Amino acid sequence: MTQGEPPDDRIPDKGYPEWFERVTGVGSSIGQAMVVPVLAFVTALIIGGIIIILTDLDTLRLYGESPGEAAKQSIIGVWEAYKALFLGAVGSQRAISDSLFSATPLILAGLAVAIGFRAGLFNIGVNGQMLIGGMAALWVGFSFSLPMFVHITLALFAGIIGGAVWGGLAGLLKGKTGAHEVITTIMLNFIALFLIAYLLKTSFFQAAGRQDPISKVVAESARLPTLFEGGRVHIGFLVALAAVFFTYWLLFKSSIGFEFRAVGFNPDAGRYAGMSVAWVYVSVMAISGALAGIAGSNQLLGLPPFQALPGFSGTTGFDAIALALLGRSHPFGVLAAGLLFGALRAGGRSMQGLAGIPLDLVLIMQALIIVFIAAPELVRSIYRLKAPEGEEGVQLTTGWGG
Amino acid sequence: MTDVAVSTTKVKARTTAEERRATFVGVALVALGAFVFWAFGLNVAGDLDSTFKLSLPTDRFQGIEWTVNTQLLGFVVAGILAFLGGVVLRRSHLKWTNRILAVGMVFFVLAFLAWAAGGKSFSFVGMLRSTVILSVPVTLGALTGLMCERVAIINIAIEGQLLTAAFVGTILGSSFGPWVGLFGALVSGALLGAVLAVLSIKYRVDQIIAGVVINIFALGLTSFLASRVLAEAPHFNSPGRFTPWPIPILSDIPVLGPMFFDHSFFVYGMFILVVVIHFGLFYTRWGLRSRSVGEHPEAADTVGINVYRTRYRNVILGGLIAGFGGAFITLAQVPRFEENITAGIGFIGLAAMIFGRWMPFGVLGAGLVFGFARGLQTKLGILGAPIPSEFLSMTPYIVTIIVVAGVVGKARPPAADGQPYIKD
Repeated sequence: MTQGEPPDDRIPDKGYPEWFERVTGVGSSIGQAMVVPVLAFVTALIIGGIIIILTDLDTLRLYGESPGEAAKQSIIGVWEAYKALFLGAVGSQRAISDSLFSATPLILAGLAVAIGFRAGLFNIGVNGQMLIGGMAALWVGFSFSLPMFVHITLALFAGIIGGAVWGGLAGLLKGKTGAHEVITTIMLNFIALFLIAYLLKTSFFQAAGRQDPISKVVAESARLPTLFEGGRVHIGFLVALAAVFFTYWLLFKSSIGFEFRAVGFNPDAGRYAGMSVAWVYVSVMAISGALAGIAGSNQLLGLPPFQALPGFSGTTGFDAIALALLGRSHPFGVLAAGLLFGALRAGGRSMQGLAGIPLDLVLIMQALIIVFIAAPELVRSIYRLKAPEGEEGVQLTTGWGG
Repeated sequence: MTDVAVSTTKVKARTTAEERRATFVGVALVALGAFVFWAFGLNVAGDLDSTFKLSLPTDRFQGIEWTVNTQLLGFVVAGILAFLGGVVLRRSHLKWTNRILAVGMVFFVLAFLAWAAGGKSFSFVGMLRSTVILSVPVTLGALTGLMCERVAIINIAIEGQLLTAAFVGTILGSSFGPWVGLFGALVSGALLGAVLAVLSIKYRVDQIIAGVVINIFALGLTSFLASRVLAEAPHFNSPGRFTPWPIPILSDIPVLGPMFFDHSFFVYGMFILVVVIHFGLFYTRWGLRSRSVGEHPEAADTVGINVYRTRYRNVILGGLIAGFGGAFITLAQVPRFEENITAGIGFIGLAAMIFGRWMPFGVLGAGLVFGFARGLQTKLGILGAPIPSEFLSMTPYIVTIIVVAGVVGKARPPAADGQPYIKD
């Protein structure tokens, strides 16, 4: 286990299928488990660089006149962009603070997806759960005037409940009617989106004197205090860390988590072992939604201007899928992946400001990272690596019917 | 004794599944009738008239309209709904439950429209016309999904395919004219289809993850290019527009003419595709092979059908259809590209495919219903009806959840849907 050699003779009779090993990293050394993610990241950076070069119209025109000078310009362009990305991510104390700040909702949302994967459920509905949870937290945040600690706790609790209800609804639909969670959560995302758009125009939520859909401002006492002066990272990051440990304990140390994983592994076996599969679906989706709800609350209680706009969850729900895959659905893996993506986010913003590269490049890189992680053969064929024996693609979901 | 009791209840339970649904639908219809009686009848002033205009200002035959007393229509529709509910509750024609429900919904919408237009007149034909137009990308997206899922490949990348095709259509259309734009859109849709096929067939990536990836990639790439290239070079963002091709004589028919026969060729293409795919799926060798690959790939393989090739072909053909739909958005509907211009149409398409139960004509019907909901939204805004447009926007999604939850009868996907096939 501790050696970095390919596990040739340990394949048979482990009691679980090979893909499980790959998703979890169980049974392989850390080195072996890191090869694909690292190569995926490097490849995404390379392709990102190519995209930067191909979309620099001024330099492309220069290639007709003096190709040497143009090539130099292209390389400088990519260098400048990645330098801004790197420095914006980890180049200063302020940059690191920004990275941790950006990582906070990503870690929480990534955990939400990861816990679903462990139970065999694909929660694409993190965005919707963030919206509903966030609105619940917002409601507590602007409606009451309480001592700070009590107020923050109450607001986060409201966020947890809001997210859990929205997520649990999908679990209930799956448990009781067999409706596939991928479809219901996609649909619930859109329903939440329009519900929020409506709520933000009601007099209860809308900021006084505004015509556009924007909410009232969260009271001072419910805002998440920053961890140190001048930085953006706030106690939400500590909440995220706590959530990582809680999820780890829940999944691997508690009997509920055992049921979750057993049902995820084989629902029929779980049913025969006397577990209520429907109950597991409801509780997994509720817990997943609760984590997403904290992420959503975090976006409103910890992010100036402390107001909700329509669709304030952004693309976090989809980033979360990438995170869960990159972190192999393990809470600590999600933490590491969340820190990486947070750094990419913060760096991407500085890249946008300093080098004029749109933040969307980060989105492209994320998509590439997921595809390479999900199709390790693809990475191996690019780098001509030999596959460890018995490896297969990740099959996390089943058809609509099951 | 207990054995006998158990077995009889079991037999009963088997017969009552349909009956329970009929009871549910019947009660819902009666309740809806009561609601219409109150909201669109009692609640409306007795002297209000609603006018449905049945001709457009550009039509050959002008001034066709239908004026009706709003309250009276409300009462009549309430009566019809109660009657239909009663028919369903008798449970004598269980197979007709859904059809009766559909008829009831049409009457409900009629009463709702009359109520919304109370005291005013509004262009009913204009709304039906925009229903057809708005349903085009939804139906084409749903047909894409159908082509893929019939061979058991789940495609939730429809959104990304539409978006990319819309983008490529804009760029190439601006540079070389709309026909080249259309060609580029078709190719880009097919290419993304090929990517989905390779990832899910060759590399056996989880199909839903592959779809999510394509969506994120398409959104990222098109937004990136839009802000980096289109913003700097706006001449790339003015593609020519395909103008309507009115069909002689047919386009002059009142109501039906502006609805169906006075459109760009995309609309005709949608109807033709629905017919062709229906015929192809159920009356040709290709269709039989596709369906068998979707239902039972092992059996299909045993009788000599190449499962992988069938899947590749259908997913790429589906991509072509998505390309056609994406081109419609930027080359006929709104002749310019904006960031995330599809804004979830691909997912409505996915919903329409499920609502249409994986059948081409079902998909067309679902597309029209969802197109109607979207058209209604803008219309109600103009009429100033006191109902938030957001709730109408939610309708397709809520309807889909109701359908997948089996409330309106079980929608059954192809049996092998989403499962990779591994040839021994």
